[in-house]
Amino acid sequence: MSAELLATLSIFLLALLVGFEVIGKVPATLHTPLMSATNAIHGVILVGAMLVASVADTAADYALGFVVAAFAAMNVVGGYVVTDRMLGMFQPPSKAVSEASKR
Amino acid sequence: MSTVETLVRLAYLAAATCFVLGLHQMNAPSTARRGNRLSIAGMLLAVAATLVLLVDSGGTTAAGWAVLSAGAVVGTVAGLWAARAVPMTAMPQLVSLFNAVGGGAAALVAIPELAPPADAASVRVPAALDIVIGAVTFAGSLVAAGKLQGLVPGRPVVFPGARVVGGGLALAAAVAAGVLIRGYGGGAAVAVLAAAALALGVALVLPIGGADMPVVISLLNAFTGTAVAMAGFVTDNSVLVVAGALVGASGAILTALMAAAMNRSLAAILVGGYGTGDGGGGPAGSAGAPVRAVTADDAAIQLAYARRVVVVPGYGLAAAQAQHALHELATVLASRGTEVTYAIHPVAGRMPGHMNVLLAEANVPYSQMQELDAANATLPLADVALVVGANDVTNPAARRPGNAISGMPILDVDRAAAVIVIKRSMGHGYAGIDNELYTDPKTGMLFADARAGLTALTAAVKTLVG
Repeated sequence: MSAELLATLSIFLLALLVGFEVIGKVPATLHTPLMSATNAIHGVILVGAMLVASVADTAADYALGFVVAAFAAMNVVGGYVVTDRMLGMFQPPSKAVSEASKR
Repeated sequence: MSTVETLVRLAYLAAATCFVLGLHQMNAPSTARRGNRLSIAGMLLAVAATLVLLVDSGGTTAAGWAVLSAGAVVGTVAGLWAARAVPMTAMPQLVSLFNAVGGGAAALVAIPELAPPADAASVRVPAALDIVIGAVTFAGSLVAAGKLQGLVPGRPVVFPGARVVGGGLALAAAVAAGVLIRGYGGGAAVAVLAAAALALGVALVLPIGGADMPVVISLLNAFTGTAVAMAGFVTDNSVLVVAGALVGASGAILTALMAAAMNRSLAAILVGGYGTGDGGGGPAGSAGAPVRAVTADDAAIQLAYARRVVVVPGYGLAAAQAQHALHELATVLASRGTEVTYAIHPVAGRMPGHMNVLLAEANVPYSQMQELDAANATLPLADVALVVGANDVTNPAARRPGNAISGMPILDVDRAAAVIVIKRSMGHGYAGIDNELYTDPKTGMLFADARAGLTALTAAVKTLVG
């Protein structure tokens, strides 16, 4: 096993542990936005899509690059936008109270 | 390492930090939106850094830039449109769809690395795993989205020999992966691997019923994360590895939580064939057991004079689009000084936390939404528990051994002083068994569609006590 692979494996494992630690603290109320946000985060595969398209030089490669870029961009943009939209709906108690008192 | 490359790697590190801190801020509703925006900043940084890297290396052809931009534009427009247009009830489908394209992209990224069998084994192994996991996720998520949208039957689809077919597909994928990892493979082996994995994804999700979707979506989310991390190994890219691992951890946690909330093992859920799918159906049960039907006026009197009301919403509420009607009733009650809270079971929807989003959309403040344990502490103090569209998660039979839902964590609705259930008929829930709550003497059944019933209740409360 090369030193680089070992280093990457360490990063992977530590990131996994950080993930368990951080996400374990997210309340059930926010689980849908959480899933949608992590969904958007895996849209970082867009970076991989760019790397693929950058070395493309045959028609098949170009077709592949196009599909990967489209998939990844849809994932990342849609994921973040819908998460933001959902989180915007979660109202703090004070706002709801003032709204109720207005009626 | 050139200066540019060093800077790009540092930018990736900063991006990964943004992802972690952004997720950390999701631990409270008040900071969650900021957290998501921090995560967006990290994403922009990662993409910008990669752009710099590509420009600096100069290896990208004009056609390469063209397809990349065209793809990005098409994807962005599609993603934006879907994210803006989707109703909150359809959120699980959309998340599944985004999950599918993410998994698909991750699988495709690995293909060029495997096609010329020249790379080292340290690349071929993650590349093969990436293709398998990514393709399973792509196909599986599309089927899940189809089930949730009603394009594919929500009931478990099982056929004779399904396990043999699934086993055969898994074997084919394993053989193709082995050939590729040994370095003998070419385009044909990649094609076999991808095709077998795609079919396996379909075979995995088809037999699973609609109400088990919270588990399936969570699991597929974990799969995509893992596939992206594998793509990170393949392209030697740290930000993909970190982001993939974070998503994998998140999906794994949610999968475990959802399975625990149903008291069923992940294996049992994946085997499938459980339940009836959406709507429940089933003949009217409780042969002979008396139920007390109440009118909207009776129920309204109970509610109007209650000091504390706990609402128990279930998927039926969302299916009837009745969350706004519910909030209107709650507002009327609250204006009379009644304390209203919402008891939300972890699987009260089609994905984790789905019910909370539906209530948030109807302007219910998150401080009134109680999770299982908090809700069960409140329920014995409640004067009235109002059950709308929830069934199995309120069935006291779960506390006894020997039935389909034994041991499942439930909301202790039967411990409230009085119970009102809004339901169209005595039909069964997903588990297909009688709900003993309905025959409890203190339970009044208001037979109505959720939205019509809630509107009638609100009107009755207003006239009675106006």
